[in-house]
Amino acid sequence: MEIEWVWGLCGGLLIGLGGAVYLLGNGRVMGASGILGGLVDGSARDTKAEKLAFVAGLIGMPLLLRPLIAPEAQTHLTSNLGLVVIAGLLVGIGTRIANGCTSGHGVCGISRFSLRGIVATVFYILAGGVTLVLLRHIWGLI
Amino acid sequence: MRLLVALTAGSLFGAGLLISGMTDTTKVQGWLDVFGNWDPTLAFVMGGAILPMLVAWRLTTGRKPLTGNEFPPPAKPEVDRRLVVGSVLFGMGWGLVGLCPGPAMASLSYGGLGGLVFLVAMVVGMFLAPTFGAQLDRAANAA
Repeated sequence: MEIEWVWGLCGGLLIGLGGAVYLLGNGRVMGASGILGGLVDGSARDTKAEKLAFVAGLIGMPLLLRPLIAPEAQTHLTSNLGLVVIAGLLVGIGTRIANGCTSGHGVCGISRFSLRGIVATVFYILAGGVTLVLLRHIWGLI
Repeated sequence: MRLLVALTAGSLFGAGLLISGMTDTTKVQGWLDVFGNWDPTLAFVMGGAILPMLVAWRLTTGRKPLTGNEFPPPAKPEVDRRLVVGSVLFGMGWGLVGLCPGPAMASLSYGGLGGLVFLVAMVVGMFLAPTFGAQLDRAANAA
């Protein structure tokens, strides 16, 4: 159990390193929802190719790495597909309206002391916590 | 060169998400669920990710990105309705199943049917977002 926070810290450092490479290399904020959303709604324009390359690395690296270092890693996602659809829609709409998610507002925003990043992070963590506690402990639905 | 930088950044991000355990929804929900068996891992991941970024933002002053262009403009200060409403909607979806956009993509190769369904629903949501955003603005102006 104690080892898990060490892996969390190591993985976190790699995530931040990825963000640093993207910022210092291409001058861009590493936000997962912005990168994918830009490809989805066509707003990416001249950054389309680099966004595709980013997504290729993001999907491809875990595919290559998992058999070598974490073959037991699983998502443990709920099997309730109705819930999955509702959650996916909320995440897609919410991150685009707010213009960022855990990586863009959380990691990249907080590290530059952006008020918007900090406010967004407070609201999505509170909303996530309240939603989960209500549905799991109060209403017993999940 | 820009493509190589983006591929490297995406690969580091994906490796970090896998290693940190953040593609495991039980760890994310374990962090959000303060009344359950609380799991502090997410805080270590966030902290670990912010450290290199603190240095990176410092290094942007007075320089240009390696591949040319410009660094992002200073962060906008204004907190608006879109930021708050969008973040609340995002948080609700995140809490429901424990996935956010980065891990949803990173776990695509081992997330099974559910993971694919989430990603498709999220993409549909992103496609619908401009319409919702416009409605939100209209409601705000009418009020």
